[in-house]
Amino acid sequence: MKFSIFHIQFFIFVRKEFHHVFRDRKTLLMLFGLPIVQILLFGFALTNEVKNSRIVVCDYAKDEASARIIHKLDAGNNFRIERSLMSHNQIEEAFKEGKIKMAVIFPDGFRNDLLHLNQAQVQIIADASDPNTASTLTNYASSIILDYQQQLIQSTALPYRITPELRMLYNPELKGATNFVPGVMSLVLMLVCVMMTSVSIVREKENGTMEVLLVSPLNPFLVIISKAIPYLFLSVINLTVILLLSVYLLDMPVNGSIVLLFAESILFIITALSLGLLISNVAQSQQSAMLASVMGMMIPTMLFTGFMFPIENMPVPLQVISHVVPARWYYTIVKSIMIKGLGFESIQKETFILIGMTCVLLLVSFKKFKTRLA
Amino acid sequence: MRTLKFLLQKEFKQIFRNKALLPLIFVVPVIQLLILPLAADYEVKNINISIVDHDHSPYSRQLASKIAASGYFRLADYSPSYKQALQQVEKDESDLILEIPRGFEENLIRESAQKVFIAVNAINGVKANLGGAYLLQIITAYNRDIRLQWIQPGTFNPEPVISITSSNWFNPHMNYRFFMVPGILVVLVTMVGSYMCALNIVKEKEAGTIEQINVTPIKKYQFVLGKLIPFWTIGMFVFSVGLFLIGRLVYGIVPVGNLLLLYSYLALYLIALLGLGLLISTYSETQQQAMSIAYFFIMIFMLMSGLFTAIDSMPAWAYAIAKCSPVTYFIEVVRMIILKGSGFSDIRLHFLVITGFAVLLNGWAILNYKKTS
Repeated sequence: MKFSIFHIQFFIFVRKEFHHVFRDRKTLLMLFGLPIVQILLFGFALTNEVKNSRIVVCDYAKDEASARIIHKLDAGNNFRIERSLMSHNQIEEAFKEGKIKMAVIFPDGFRNDLLHLNQAQVQIIADASDPNTASTLTNYASSIILDYQQQLIQSTALPYRITPELRMLYNPELKGATNFVPGVMSLVLMLVCVMMTSVSIVREKENGTMEVLLVSPLNPFLVIISKAIPYLFLSVINLTVILLLSVYLLDMPVNGSIVLLFAESILFIITALSLGLLISNVAQSQQSAMLASVMGMMIPTMLFTGFMFPIENMPVPLQVISHVVPARWYYTIVKSIMIKGLGFESIQKETFILIGMTCVLLLVSFKKFKTRLA
Repeated sequence: MRTLKFLLQKEFKQIFRNKALLPLIFVVPVIQLLILPLAADYEVKNINISIVDHDHSPYSRQLASKIAASGYFRLADYSPSYKQALQQVEKDESDLILEIPRGFEENLIRESAQKVFIAVNAINGVKANLGGAYLLQIITAYNRDIRLQWIQPGTFNPEPVISITSSNWFNPHMNYRFFMVPGILVVLVTMVGSYMCALNIVKEKEAGTIEQINVTPIKKYQFVLGKLIPFWTIGMFVFSVGLFLIGRLVYGIVPVGNLLLLYSYLALYLIALLGLGLLISTYSETQQQAMSIAYFFIMIFMLMSGLFTAIDSMPAWAYAIAKCSPVTYFIEVVRMIILKGSGFSDIRLHFLVITGFAVLLNGWAILNYKKTS
């Protein structure tokens, strides 16, 4: 009998927390809006490809060969061409105004040199204040020019030819989505679990209502746990929304077992929630709780999962740090299940690491937990 | 004027008294500036390759050593079979597989043609593309070497060759950090401006102290100025620390352009951004609300600002959204002035736009701020 009363008390507390969460419409809207907006942005707006770059072509040659190449440059959607005869100084001015990203210069007598001397020159000047775009554009332009050169030579078939056959595994269309959907999942779950949980507990502290909760007959640990439950619930809904969007809108596959994916996700959510609990135990004000979760969680999650920047490029100390970021392991798990379609045996290590982290976090936060407020 | 002075005194005291917030305002940006540019490196290097060599001939070994020596690739392992190599890919130990079939050397010489198989882990499309392209280049170069061994020079017609000279202006060493650091500076200033400002006001709302201010004869504009000026100062300070202490000393970035121009733009930008913070605070009742709204917008602004990916490459609708965010303009301006030394005439349009933002956001916020609740 005692057991059931205890149950009822716990459910009443959980219900209270749900009321808190659902009453705050604005926050709720943001929480559900964010994953949708992120999926849309990453899916359709953000690409590492370089398209529609404005470039200037200075054609001093004005002959057939240069015209052909310019036509080829114009054909793809990489470049938007302005034609003019600029001097070096004028090109620099145009770069400074930010109007163009690259200049291609054909010297006088281009075709003559090419056909009679077998040697002609083209100059490419790129605005390397953005080094990535600069090198990508230079590469595009060079390959187009070399392509033209190849066409000139083509008459002879070459002997001793090695033909490479290229196959793209997992993502034959080279969509960006495969890379970022797992990343967005870990970001959003982190946001909802860590930030929202920690802030909601600290708010009770700040308002003084925590005292009231702690003197209630329910075990203080359960008071705290009841705070985490609505966010667990919200996270699962968010997860479902993200998965639905990525499957139906972005044509992402779920190659592995969906049950396993959800199970692993719930494990990650619990890890994140225990992190949120730890932060809320330590923090005294909402502001510091929030900043701690932004600085301590959001940014490391963005950086160290490897979905925006490759981890292997980082200096070794940062690579070491990345190992303690839970999202990194979750990211690997999601990629393995969703895209590579692997089973549990290949993500055992990651799963155990997450479980270990959760245990440590919970242990520390229970140690730090005070049933009395100072 | 006297009222404003007292208000400012109060705000500064509150900010400097808050021992939890202070390190977050001043130390965290420094740490971020030290870590982010190191971590945010897109450049594709260290591509891991597994080679499955079924041929074990001098030629296949030559090809393998060429790949290893190219500098683009790190040889993850020699796998005995494709299946084992694929396992390496599944474990993320390897990004590419090159399979050299049995009889590679023999067929190449006798039948004058031979295939090799490449499989690329394409989950990260960009890396896959580049890795594939590098490998093709190496194979083509190797192919050319072999051809030269077997064909006497002279039997070939001289080929027309276009030599391309490319030069990289403003950043000849292609240092990616020169590009990232100014952008990250902008993000930090943005966070300080909008987050802190919004939270600060909502905190007064939540604690109820705003009522006390509302019943005093303090005017709306005095209250708003009292909130804006401290954070404006902090924003300026954070930017200067980032630019001079860290940008110059750690990364060796010396602004090429006019500093006065940069700072006057920063001043305007901060006003616009603080207006955004103010606006958010007028629409929210709790700090949690303010935080989630601010997070929502800043996240979008940041992702769309061209900090990481070029906005020219976006589809038209996304481009239009990007153009509606103040962050986009400031990132452009910072990069233009610091890296290229652009002058006022180059960015007068940016000045106009940011002034517009400042007026719009602040005006809206002040209209929406009510002294009675």
